Amino acid sequence: MAREIVQPEENGLAVLSDITSGEYSLPAERCLEIYRLMVRARAMEERMIKMSKSGEGYFWIGGPGEEAFNVPLGLQVKKGRGPDYDYLHLHYRNSGTLIAMGMPVIDGIRQMAMTWTDRHSRGRNFVGHYCVPEWNVVPVCSVIGVAWVKAPGTAHVQKRYGGDGITIVVGGDAGTAEGDFGSCMIWSTRPGNELPVLMIVMNNGYGISTPAATQHAELHIVDRGKPFGIPGEVVDGNDPIASWHAIERAMRYVRQERRPYMIEALVSRLYGHSSSSGAMRVKDERDCVAEFGQKLIEAGVLDEEGASAIRKAALDECEKALEQALKEPKPTADDVRRFTYASSFHDVVYPDDYTGLPNGD
Amino acid sequence: MATLVQAVRLALHYGETYLGVTDIFGEDVGPPLGGVFTATQGLRTAWNSPLDERGILGMAMGIAYAGGRPVCEIQFCDYAFNTIDLMKIAGNQRWASGGNYDMPIVLMTPSGSGIRGSLYHSHSFESWASRLAGWKIVMPSNALDAYGLMLSAIADPNPVMVLLPKALLRVRGEQKIPGEPEDEEELKRMIDAPVGDRTGWQPRWPPVQEYFVPLGKAALVRTGHHATVVSYGRTLPLCVKAADELRESHGLMFDVLDLRSIFPYDWHAISQSVMKTGRILIVNEDTEVTNFGEHLLRRVIDHHYYDLLVRPRVLLGQHIPGIGLNQEYEKNSVPQLPQIREAMRALATEEA
Repeated sequence: MAREIVQPEENGLAVLSDITSGEYSLPAERCLEIYRLMVRARAMEERMIKMSKSGEGYFWIGGPGEEAFNVPLGLQVKKGRGPDYDYLHLHYRNSGTLIAMGMPVIDGIRQMAMTWTDRHSRGRNFVGHYCVPEWNVVPVCSVIGVAWVKAPGTAHVQKRYGGDGITIVVGGDAGTAEGDFGSCMIWSTRPGNELPVLMIVMNNGYGISTPAATQHAELHIVDRGKPFGIPGEVVDGNDPIASWHAIERAMRYVRQERRPYMIEALVSRLYGHSSSSGAMRVKDERDCVAEFGQKLIEAGVLDEEGASAIRKAALDECEKALEQALKEPKPTADDVRRFTYASSFHDVVYPDDYTGLPNGD
Repeated sequence: MATLVQAVRLALHYGETYLGVTDIFGEDVGPPLGGVFTATQGLRTAWNSPLDERGILGMAMGIAYAGGRPVCEIQFCDYAFNTIDLMKIAGNQRWASGGNYDMPIVLMTPSGSGIRGSLYHSHSFESWASRLAGWKIVMPSNALDAYGLMLSAIADPNPVMVLLPKALLRVRGEQKIPGEPEDEEELKRMIDAPVGDRTGWQPRWPPVQEYFVPLGKAALVRTGHHATVVSYGRTLPLCVKAADELRESHGLMFDVLDLRSIFPYDWHAISQSVMKTGRILIVNEDTEVTNFGEHLLRRVIDHHYYDLLVRPRVLLGQHIPGIGLNQEYEKNSVPQLPQIREAMRALATEEA
């Protein structure tokens, strides 16, 4: 029987030890939950990479190496629809966040498989371009940096609405070179109109193939928030316990103060930028899933057999999801124009949706 | 009668009072200025933004995601070019997400020449805008249409761009906006902010009424059997004037269509008129290479090649990098009344 957790009985009650990382710790149950989600997110990404190579999908891009931050982020999101809940303006490496929020693996696989059942984009967008309106996940866009200028808009509505919902915006380190990053800081700190925006920079040290160190002189990206009075911190994004606490602190500040906060998470990029660079496993970067698994084993809350069972369950889930997704309907030629326009009483040409060039002759 | 810019202001007032507009914003849009052309004076939901066009459009999109109904302004369309990727994104949100998110935003921006605006206050934008699939694009040429198109733009749950012809913003309408006072001086006293100190000023809004100009519906503003002229914005009243003059001077009768909606455009109206006259001229002032008018011309040729009596034609702005300040530049860069009149005369009188 694989051991997943040590439960020493004390007066009939289970007493579970906390797992510590540096000055921070988390309960063992929470760590196991995070670990399972990290493994599932990784398995999904690796299955998608295989799809990109087997022809079951085309382009792959995603977040292996960001799970230790993205999963704790997803678990702490105030999940729901509307301004009372958190809005998420994510980038295309946030699978771990969606999995942690409860997205079934098959919902990611369907997008990779370009099925009509792909709930995020109906087979239109690249993988990792999520959109879940009931969780306030606005459409992920390939264009680097644009999320920074849209995030203040949802936060503006939240500030006016009241409540404690916040806007979370995520981008990579290279994208902070876009002016939109500066726009986010300016619009979130207008005097008297400060906005509840949690700015998260996932710093993997690269913009595609270009090392950040060859293009950026700033020591830390979060330092750029200082002139705007935006507090920030750099966190080891390969450490889920440190990341959990950084996110918790940041969220508490933004929820209560209704002002922006910045986190720079130092993360790995374990399969390169995307399938365009081969999506080959990188050997010389830290692997947060392996590290955290080892940590849990060393702490005695998991053993090799238990870890193996978690991995196997995740792989099985992905295989089943793929098998199912490949059976599902694909978009057809008739679907090309669908969802261009929402129905309008005030449009005499397209009262329902786009139907091709205007006609009527 | 209200001017075109007063009509826009009245429409925005109606929008924030009855149609759920939550935010009217942009650079200098809020008090004290209320817009460089005064379009947003006295509005309850108007506010000033940083000088950041990308930020303005991004803010509008964010507000829309969260259930708001924003109207944003880019002060001149000449400054919208750095937002074009955001415009593409606004236009594709619904399509890209398979209907998960609508994008009910209105972007209004003054467009075109006519105010001695030199290089960066004279651009046209409709040809660029017409390539933004997912958007609807309108351009009124008179106050009442400006009011009715603004209301439709606000009520439509898709991104709508309202291009306001700069040259016509101060032009008074010939038709009253429903609810507008009889006396234009009274309207001015009610809704125009005083020059100078405005700190204590509040508008007194007239009881304007609902009036929608449907998107995609052209207006046939002159009727004739000799030839068809299609235009919009600044050049539309010039086409009308030319038609009236040619009727007087040459007895020539024109169908003059005010397109009003660039997209969707009223193909039915164009088509019907071409079937009647067999002659068509398309007039606008955007630059002539890859001009929206060329698209209309292509469709006319595709659909009506055998119905045409003479070659179909366009009269457009020159393909030059800008409009120069000296009026010799401006009047020779974009169509003016004499050229329009001559082009219309030639069209109507060429032997079939």
